Amino acid sequence: MDYGDGKGKSRNSEQCFDVPRSLAERGITRRDFMKFCTAMSAALALPMSLVPRIAAALENDGRPSVIWLEFQSCTGDTEALLRAANPTIGEIVLDVLSIDYAETIMAAAGHQAEDARMKTVKEARGKYIAIVEGAVPMKDGGIYCCIGGRSALDIVREVCSGALATITVGTCASYGGLPAAAPNPTGAVGVKEAVPGATVVNLPGCPVNTDNLVATVVHFLTFGKLPAVDGKGRPLFAYGKRIHDNCERRPHFDAGQYVEVWGSEAHRNGHCLYKMGCKGPETFHNCPVQRYNEKTNWPVGSGHGCAGCSEPQFWDTMTPFYRRLPNVPGFGIETTADKIGAGLAVATAAAFAAHGVVSGLRHKDDESKDGKGGNQ
Amino acid sequence: MTKIVVDPITRIEGHLRIQAEVNGGTITDAWSSSTMFRGIESILKGRDPRDAWYFTQRICGVCTTVHSIASIRAVENALNITVPLNAELIRNLIIGTQLVQDHVIHFYHLHALDWVDVVSALKADPAKSAALAASLSDWPLNSPTYFKSVQDKVAAFVKKGRLGPFGNAYWGHPAYKLPPEANLMATAHYLEALDWQREVIKIHAILGSKNPHPQTFLVGGMAIPIDPNSQNALNADKIAEIGELLGKVKRFVEKVYIPDLLAVASFYKDWAGIGAGVGNYLSYGEYPLDNSGKPEKLWFPQGIILNRDLTKVHPIDQKKITESVAHSWYEGGSAGVHPYDGQTEPKYTGPKPPYDMIDTNGKYSWVKSPRYDGKPMEVGPLAVILVAYASGHAGAKGAVDMVLKKLGVGPEALFSTLGRTAARGIESLLVAEELPKWLDMLVANIKGGDLASHNGEKWDPASWPHEAAGFGWHNAPRGALGHWVRIRDQKIENYQAVVPTTWNASPRDEKGERGPYEAALVGTPLADPDKPLEILRTIHSFDPCLACAVHVVDPEGNAMVDVKVL
Repeated sequence: MDYGDGKGKSRNSEQCFDVPRSLAERGITRRDFMKFCTAMSAALALPMSLVPRIAAALENDGRPSVIWLEFQSCTGDTEALLRAANPTIGEIVLDVLSIDYAETIMAAAGHQAEDARMKTVKEARGKYIAIVEGAVPMKDGGIYCCIGGRSALDIVREVCSGALATITVGTCASYGGLPAAAPNPTGAVGVKEAVPGATVVNLPGCPVNTDNLVATVVHFLTFGKLPAVDGKGRPLFAYGKRIHDNCERRPHFDAGQYVEVWGSEAHRNGHCLYKMGCKGPETFHNCPVQRYNEKTNWPVGSGHGCAGCSEPQFWDTMTPFYRRLPNVPGFGIETTADKIGAGLAVATAAAFAAHGVVSGLRHKDDESKDGKGGNQ
Repeated sequence: MTKIVVDPITRIEGHLRIQAEVNGGTITDAWSSSTMFRGIESILKGRDPRDAWYFTQRICGVCTTVHSIASIRAVENALNITVPLNAELIRNLIIGTQLVQDHVIHFYHLHALDWVDVVSALKADPAKSAALAASLSDWPLNSPTYFKSVQDKVAAFVKKGRLGPFGNAYWGHPAYKLPPEANLMATAHYLEALDWQREVIKIHAILGSKNPHPQTFLVGGMAIPIDPNSQNALNADKIAEIGELLGKVKRFVEKVYIPDLLAVASFYKDWAGIGAGVGNYLSYGEYPLDNSGKPEKLWFPQGIILNRDLTKVHPIDQKKITESVAHSWYEGGSAGVHPYDGQTEPKYTGPKPPYDMIDTNGKYSWVKSPRYDGKPMEVGPLAVILVAYASGHAGAKGAVDMVLKKLGVGPEALFSTLGRTAARGIESLLVAEELPKWLDMLVANIKGGDLASHNGEKWDPASWPHEAAGFGWHNAPRGALGHWVRIRDQKIENYQAVVPTTWNASPRDEKGERGPYEAALVGTPLADPDKPLEILRTIHSFDPCLACAVHVVDPEGNAMVDVKVL
């Protein structure tokens, strides 16, 4: 298939990859594989009629090279990858992709590891996928994250500008995340801000839901292009709906049945967590449907509110986590994040004003109350 | 004399660089540098202390529960909150599952490739692998057919010529000693462990929504409610599922991990004489058996061992913990100070990237140098096991003696790279066998009518004193973790984490004394300085977690008030 550079067919033969045979070698039956494709199709919110098309795309294609970069991260997204949900998904990820560089799992170290990355950047230019985990610190010439003596900024620019596409995993790589939380000590930013010219799809979440990562890759292999995204660079198939609108506890919200005390009867009976600070009404993510760890559970399912982790700057806009949102606008489920963006900004600003949590305001508060100042 | 650099050290959490001097094929000096900094403690300032666990959890996504645990314990300590017994037991289940899962991932996916040559597995006779495996345990997947199928998979993968994460490694290095059949067995278990870890960690999802980063911790207890008559709470169905998964945890450790560990170790006994390190060991103890908060009620005891002397376990006085920034990129004097008196804004004086070498005479790391009573301390599974062993902990004594006997070595072999790796297995075994008992305790408590999962007396910040301070200790998979918090007017005034990898990866202190990694590398032989596999062995034996190690403390650094011991 054509990756868009017009050279997709000229790949040399040793890179050709026979998926059915490879799956058989790994003990994965055709049935397992079709199940995987069906699961992916469901994750992508695609009609079932497209299942054969996805299978065909994977079977006819070579494994794209992947460079997995890790910067200011906690490695939680790499760990999420290790928990890939479908029973055979981990094996298929190893088989579908050629992960040429990933610090946490790769056998090579030191300059031999750096050589592996540079080889892919050079030899597969314009064809490899960059997956980035962690934020990029921009302050002071990028000294807050160096690998092999080079700054993260230098590496991310080199790798992402030569990539066919970049997928950011987690909120840090997407928008700066935790390191960028006020007062952002290291000038951390997301990849799109660090490399404005790169083609980037953001998969925020803390950590990323691996099902969404695999679905993005499959979408790309199937259709030869990246999935449609919202105004925050997030694929609509995974971030197109509000948590609140898909939440299993929504009927309790509508019925006015709220948890007000942890461990109370209402809490034990699964009532709505809105009053305990749940951020589902302002958060766009497919958690209620896709869930985590082989669809075992998700935060609200285990009795804790949503923290809004897939929203940019949620560390500042969604905290304190246990304060309820000041008001929950009554927009309908057909509304997208883009459409209500302006409305949210207003609601969020109201939250800041009410609770004094916006970073600048908070620190000003501190200074005035404590009589301290000048250290910001 | 040759100077070598390994950067990045891969198969760890985070960004670590080692510079070393090599003379005549042996490392004569070493420097450990962390090259990433985020500043999470500055970010915590001014926030709601009840949110701190969610922030600190993101210090690390590998040991994804540990900073949450230390954080809620610190805040509960500061506010004098007693959590319900059920919550304490649920925490034990989460902590123990995290520890065993993390140790297995470390052994197979981060450390094994230092000892196991995957490419050599292609030359193995699968029948011999099966015979070897069957001689070690009665694990069901010990047939020649099974090992043949694994070998075929690896062969097909290698044949493609694109090795992905297995490319460019030190395959064929003379320091690899395992025969092909053992390499094949270990490679098969590398793949099995990938499936196993994904499966058993569902315990975290059941109790806490997801993993990595379970979302269920609360200051005062846990967010998962308990109610046998509700489908939205911890009920009999969920308890049964956890019990089933704990069985899988235990069986894999007993029948795969420990036999593999002993088998691999038996080919590398020379590593029982390499990589000793500083010889001082600190353990905070772990697994409360009631909700009293008393150190003597911890299942693993706390204490300190000095100069490898197993005849005496010293008590811990938290006031003797200090951190020095003599060789770390922070503002401040060089003398060590208590976490609450710490200096500290970042002040980078290293080379401007891109660079080849860091000048190790000055400051050379983002990691500080924690010391106890002025001495460097090793923390981690070896410290936990040595303190337990020397304290007369029956489980630890039995397991250590079993391992030493099987390997035919004496207790002195524990003070080494091999001992560190063996201790991780011993700790896993002990915890895996104890986990079902904590589940039984939880069931008994629920059966007795106790459904409490949270103590809400001090949930409302209005009930807090104007000022409070406390600390929370936790024995994480990588060892002794402490969080210190100071609260004023319902907000975090100061937050400080002294983390296992900070202890272990620390650079030299103001007296020039090496940190544990650095000390452990001295004397290590290198077969080929261009391919320093032996450095990876010793560094990986500590299981580094650099994201955890690097942090910054409060710029004000006011003195701590009235700390209560947890």
